[in-house]
Amino acid sequence: MASSDALLPISAREEEPLCPYTKLPDGSRSDPETHPRRRRPYKGLLAVSFGLLLIAFYVALIATQDGSRSNEAANAIDETEKTTSSSRARLAGVSEKSNDGLWKLSGGRNTPAFEWNNSMLSWQRTAFHFQPEENWMNDPNGPLFYKGWYHFFYQYNPNAAVWGDIVWGHAVSRDLIHWVHLPLAMVADQWYDSNGVWTGSATILPDGSIVMLYTGSTDKAVQVQNLAYPEDLNDPLLLKWVKFPGNPVLVPPPGILPKDFRDPTTAWKTPEGKWRITIGSKINKTGISLVYDTTDFKTYEKLDSLLHGVPNTGMWECVDFYPVSKTARNGLDTSVNGPDVKHIVKASMDDTRFDHYAVGTYFESNGTWIPDDPTIDVGMSSSLRYDYGKFYASKTFYDQNKGRRILWSWIGESDSEASDVQKGWSSLQGIPRTVSLDTKTGKNLVQSPVEEIKSLRLSSKKFDLELSPGSVVPVDVGTATQLDIEAEFEIKKESLDKFFGDASVVAEAEEFSCEKNGAGSTVRNALGPFGFSVLATESLSEQTPVYFYIAKGKDSKLKTFFCTDTSRSSVANDVIKPIYGSVVPVLKGEKLTMRILVDHSIVEAFGQGGRTCITSRVYPTTAIYGAAKLFLFNNALDATVTASFKVWQMNSAFIHPYSEEAVRALTRT
Amino acid sequence: MKLIVMVMTMMMISEGSMIDQTCKQTPDFKLCVSLLNSDPRGSSADISGLALILIDKIKVLATKTLTEINGLYKKRPELKQALDQCSRRYKTILNADVPEAIEAISKGVPKFGEDGVIDAGVEASVCEEGFQGKSPLTSLTKSMQNISSVTRAVVRMLL
Repeated sequence: MASSDALLPISAREEEPLCPYTKLPDGSRSDPETHPRRRRPYKGLLAVSFGLLLIAFYVALIATQDGSRSNEAANAIDETEKTTSSSRARLAGVSEKSNDGLWKLSGGRNTPAFEWNNSMLSWQRTAFHFQPEENWMNDPNGPLFYKGWYHFFYQYNPNAAVWGDIVWGHAVSRDLIHWVHLPLAMVADQWYDSNGVWTGSATILPDGSIVMLYTGSTDKAVQVQNLAYPEDLNDPLLLKWVKFPGNPVLVPPPGILPKDFRDPTTAWKTPEGKWRITIGSKINKTGISLVYDTTDFKTYEKLDSLLHGVPNTGMWECVDFYPVSKTARNGLDTSVNGPDVKHIVKASMDDTRFDHYAVGTYFESNGTWIPDDPTIDVGMSSSLRYDYGKFYASKTFYDQNKGRRILWSWIGESDSEASDVQKGWSSLQGIPRTVSLDTKTGKNLVQSPVEEIKSLRLSSKKFDLELSPGSVVPVDVGTATQLDIEAEFEIKKESLDKFFGDASVVAEAEEFSCEKNGAGSTVRNALGPFGFSVLATESLSEQTPVYFYIAKGKDSKLKTFFCTDTSRSSVANDVIKPIYGSVVPVLKGEKLTMRILVDHSIVEAFGQGGRTCITSRVYPTTAIYGAAKLFLFNNALDATVTASFKVWQMNSAFIHPYSEEAVRALTRT
Repeated sequence: MKLIVMVMTMMMISEGSMIDQTCKQTPDFKLCVSLLNSDPRGSSADISGLALILIDKIKVLATKTLTEINGLYKKRPELKQALDQCSRRYKTILNADVPEAIEAISKGVPKFGEDGVIDAGVEASVCEEGFQGKSPLTSLTKSMQNISSVTRAVVRMLL
């Protein structure tokens, strides 16, 4: 599905709101004879009021665009301006193409018209990522662990491969990897959710019972919060759910619009022993998080204060709020608090489709939270993201089974809806990740695919290679469509020293970003980029590089970027192919490490132990099945890089449709 | 006639109507205004309503284009392959993009509407590219791209 993370068309960028004025006919030039005399005095007034309106509009538009929202269009404008004036020409082999808008399909007149066939499309289905058997999926809902089973619910359209008619899908697993689909958990059968059974979260009570809060879109399309619970707590599969007859338990409060009130969180305990939840919303363009207390999940008191809010960030969807340990890597129950604890506020930004989070301090006495660093507050374009690729509506839960916090996320498609309709499905979930505070930096989270994924590892091959400048090396691992790669890179000391000492190497770190550099991984710089190219054809006609790029900062410090370049991942002209990535903190003495999961049309990359993560969707047309290969490359102009890595073939997770046999099979393992 | 249109437009601007305030924030003010004014619901609609009107225009244009495509099979049999591709793409607009967008905007989750609207433009572009420069549908596909781009801008105002 062509999603909105595409850039606005070029015509949109050029024709900023001011330009349409030049197109307006000038009424004052109208032929005076065709107008009755009494219109003349109006012309003056008209011109003046028109002029004032013009000014007012200009001011209003500037004011709204001033926010630090990570607006794709704004970035695109910056990008176009900067690439034309930057001094990248000094680098060999750079093509200065800026990232094309969606309308300007790649290829153009001279490339042969491209058409998908069923072989290409069916290859796209993943082997070990969660996805329903068919149709559309979006947000993860109510993840929890109960009586030996991990439960996963999700937004699902039973009727089509595009969003709509949303109900709750359900699946269970013993290990977060091998799933069995179960019947739908909840459908739109009440007036208070007849227009959609939307996102929600589970809270496990001290007595072991479960409450589920979720958003319903009522028969009048008002967003309300509803309560549901398992029909039978003795059923470990939690097949049937009951909706509280007194629903809805929450309706939009005064001052909040009926369509700006959704995605209730898991509850946590207050000092008074009540339960507290937060729900994202907005007031004008300020994204906010409302707070409610309850003792029974049926009646609530709204706090006057917000958990937090940030101007110019737009609607906050799928808010998440949870504690992390400052000292240990284990997860914490949502109610935990204390001196060794920080709290994370995360929200999904409706405007940009990015998930942002910030580390901060929670004041339980009044239910408020402030970020440690207000310059990278939740939702600001500079604030931290779980993932710099295609990744949205994420949600964590505390896994009391193994004492860890697990992160789920919706990974949408980056192809056309025609393809989704043809292949009959759309969207994946990312591999569940453990998430914890980076105890070394204290400023960001780190994520890692759950340990259980290693149970899918089959054969492996180990490599130790020295990559000379400009080298591209095929890595022989057999089929390369289902891989787990763990790698360590080191730049030879002499090359590093030379880089530091070389005055001609211009400090570019301040203006560099993975996506701004339109040439992506084809750039050749002093220290790279270097990394892997996955899902590549032998001739590299299609390839997806995952790499480090090292730039020099103004203070001569090195700044390392971790990127995934999908711009050459496919020759298809109807898929989105961005270059994703971000800076990745590298501490003194650390080698550069990356982990990559390749699973057909999804690539998940983890830089520096999960400090910077990038999920990408790719749709190669020839780098599929046996023709997909793995390469290693070093684009450095004269630095040698050593790469030490292991590549595993990954088994399928064999996610089964519902049957008692399938459930029994999982119980046996 | 042009004069009357000019005056009407001027009057609308000076009144600061919902339509003109909205259309000023789109890539094609003229197109936006003419599309919305041509619908009787336009003058009293809020932004959501305006978006739905525009999506209706997309639907109408897609239907018209499909009719054109169907007619071309006989007249230009050598273009069958490209016409097949276009047929599939435009059916996606009608059967997937439009319903998705209508539902999303009506229910207050405009981002899915944005996706559907963007996709309508993509499908039109892909259809056009299939003819490799010799398209008999250019004015229709261009129209779809333009309407899609204007509609997207309006939908974004709902986010």
